[in-house]
Amino acid sequence: MEFGPYLMLASLEGAVTTAVLSLTAVGLSLVFGVMRVVNVAHGEFFMLGAVLAWWIASAIGGMGGNPALGFVIALVLAPLVVGSIAAVADLTILSRIDYDPERTIVATIGLLYIMQQVTLMTYGPDARPVEAPFNARIALPWVEFADGRPQIYWPWGFGTTTYKLGVIVAAAIVLLGVWFVMARTRIGLIMRATQLDRDMALAFGIPVGRVYAFVFGLGAGLAALAAVLVVPIQQAHYLMGGDPLLLSFIVVIIGGLGSLPGTVLAALLIGMSDGIISVFFSPTLAKIIATLLVALVLVFRPQGLFGTRATR
Amino acid sequence: MTKSVKSGAVTTRRGALKTLGIGAGAATLPLWARYADAQSSAPIKIGFQVHRTGIGAAYGRWYDRTTTAAAKMINDNGGINGRMVEIIAEDDGTDPKRGAEVVEKFATQYNCDVGFGTLFSHVVFGSAPRAGELKLPYFVVSEGHHVASGALNRYTLQPGITDVKSQVQAMAPFVASNLGKKVTMIFPDFAFGHDHRDFFTAAIEAQGGQVLEHIAIPPTETSFTRYFPKIPRDTEVIYHVMVGPAVLTFVKELGEFFGPSRPELFGFIDSLEAVDIGSAGLEFLDGTYFWEGNPRYAQENQSEFDKAYRAAVGVDDNGASLSDSKDIATYSHMFGCWETLNIIKRGMEASGYAGPDDRASLIEAVEAMSDMPHSLEHPQGAKRFNGKTHQTFGHQYITRVTDGKLILAHTTSIEDTLYPDEVDYTTQSF
Repeated sequence: MEFGPYLMLASLEGAVTTAVLSLTAVGLSLVFGVMRVVNVAHGEFFMLGAVLAWWIASAIGGMGGNPALGFVIALVLAPLVVGSIAAVADLTILSRIDYDPERTIVATIGLLYIMQQVTLMTYGPDARPVEAPFNARIALPWVEFADGRPQIYWPWGFGTTTYKLGVIVAAAIVLLGVWFVMARTRIGLIMRATQLDRDMALAFGIPVGRVYAFVFGLGAGLAALAAVLVVPIQQAHYLMGGDPLLLSFIVVIIGGLGSLPGTVLAALLIGMSDGIISVFFSPTLAKIIATLLVALVLVFRPQGLFGTRATR
Repeated sequence: MTKSVKSGAVTTRRGALKTLGIGAGAATLPLWARYADAQSSAPIKIGFQVHRTGIGAAYGRWYDRTTTAAAKMINDNGGINGRMVEIIAEDDGTDPKRGAEVVEKFATQYNCDVGFGTLFSHVVFGSAPRAGELKLPYFVVSEGHHVASGALNRYTLQPGITDVKSQVQAMAPFVASNLGKKVTMIFPDFAFGHDHRDFFTAAIEAQGGQVLEHIAIPPTETSFTRYFPKIPRDTEVIYHVMVGPAVLTFVKELGEFFGPSRPELFGFIDSLEAVDIGSAGLEFLDGTYFWEGNPRYAQENQSEFDKAYRAAVGVDDNGASLSDSKDIATYSHMFGCWETLNIIKRGMEASGYAGPDDRASLIEAVEAMSDMPHSLEHPQGAKRFNGKTHQTFGHQYITRVTDGKLILAHTTSIEDTLYPDEVDYTTQSF
């Protein structure tokens, strides 16, 4: 394939990665920003979202329902269920250990294994597909200059699917929604207040405990939502939470812990570079560069690209 | 205080009798323990290294079911040398380091007679040296070429499943004469994929064809579209083989990439093992060809042995579990567990195996085997075992996707799969 279409194809693939990654990473970033805890089980909430989506979609399909209907119900229900599980985990586990950073890490590692193994025991080791609500292949045209004038042609294999474009659009809408909630609503104000100064928020009568449970649930719900979006492209599998967790951490560190715009920008950077570098060089190089970027950010700008330096 | 005195008083008579009885039993223990070792009562312990977790879990589950069914058949027919077979299954996490530890547990903790069952080649590579050191006969069901290549040791054998080199080599004539001579290969970027790359490239060149491009994909990859632009436009056949949880994504994206104008496709069923051919997005596979180790769908000329084997393991005519039609078997690989257990049985019977001291003679007995006829013990087909290379050879199947089913198109002969020996393990000492 010629260079131009090839680059375009790689960018399209990178954009899908970016869309999913930014949703997942924003969830992680919210939890860290507001609660100051590192949620190692974040990737498993992602996985749980995908597995639930399969369950819901196949239950609806089993009742003779339309696959698109099953997907839409999964899109609504799976994040809610996963969010509730996370909120319960917060109230029953994390609040009991007082959100102590080290113990939270250990506790969420425990959660990670519990969720992963319970999924293996119930759902099994298979990778299972969910049918996309719409999925048409679009052949893309390309312009080349021949005989001194531009000509449109359709390169072989150059195309994408409507569903992939749909994922990008859906992710953008959800991110705008998250921004709106954080910046323009009362619950967003409460979350930001809690993020800025927990004790002061408590003194002003904000039920910090409930805010924490909500944020933890919201973070997990966003991961689950990203997973539901991606599950028609990749299948639901009990080990699928590893990659999103690692990439989310990379993104959150580069973007600045707790900063939403930073997280989205970093997701764009990592997603696109992963798409393009792995096409033209090697996927390993893409990972090396991403990790190197994390190291450089930690050395030269520890608060991340958009983070504010801690005042303490 | 008073309570304990009282209870002590009650147990005095009976307790003393009991203690005596236990003492008497304990006194005879060395006697019957020795008897068990030399004679027939204790079961034969077969350590089963199974990929219960990790990326091999879908295979592990079916290996487990097949092994359980084979052990049941052997036990229902009176066991081995009059002793029952006990399968001691242990998860290796599809991880080489854990695999070596599991082998060690078999040898030292469970006192297994043999180890058995591993599939993924990196786990075999990690475990086989330890099995050799511990002198534990280690029967792998992996299809890797590592046994026949001479990289392992005398204690490691692969008598129940053919290796990649012979499979690949037998495919080349069919591909070249029916599908095309200009091939692009897509394979996972580790030992298993490299075996495909090396052996198929050589085999197709021997048929007058050529490989235009090798596309290696990291085994952990989850998105594939970005690799496909590397496929040269004059490709006539795409040869694909992928493993791991993302196989369905791979095949779907391949279809989306080409749209209506695809070249011929020839795949190893590994790309779709444990995956329903009827899954959404796989319609474009209609008319493409697959290598299968053992045809997943019951064919028109299905043998009575395949029928009985299917029923014993619990697989329906579409290759799915009898209890869940969405639970697709790893049908092209798992027969190896069934056949290997039967070979272990015959080896133990031929060598008069009585205990771990006879391990060397068990291996010699298996090495002495050669032709194995198509039978209930070998439902996949006849086999020819090479005692020198510790590798078996057998028929390979090529099926064509027709109306959402895999229909047999070609069966290779055993001769198609043979290649010159690369090692003679029988010259190594025990």
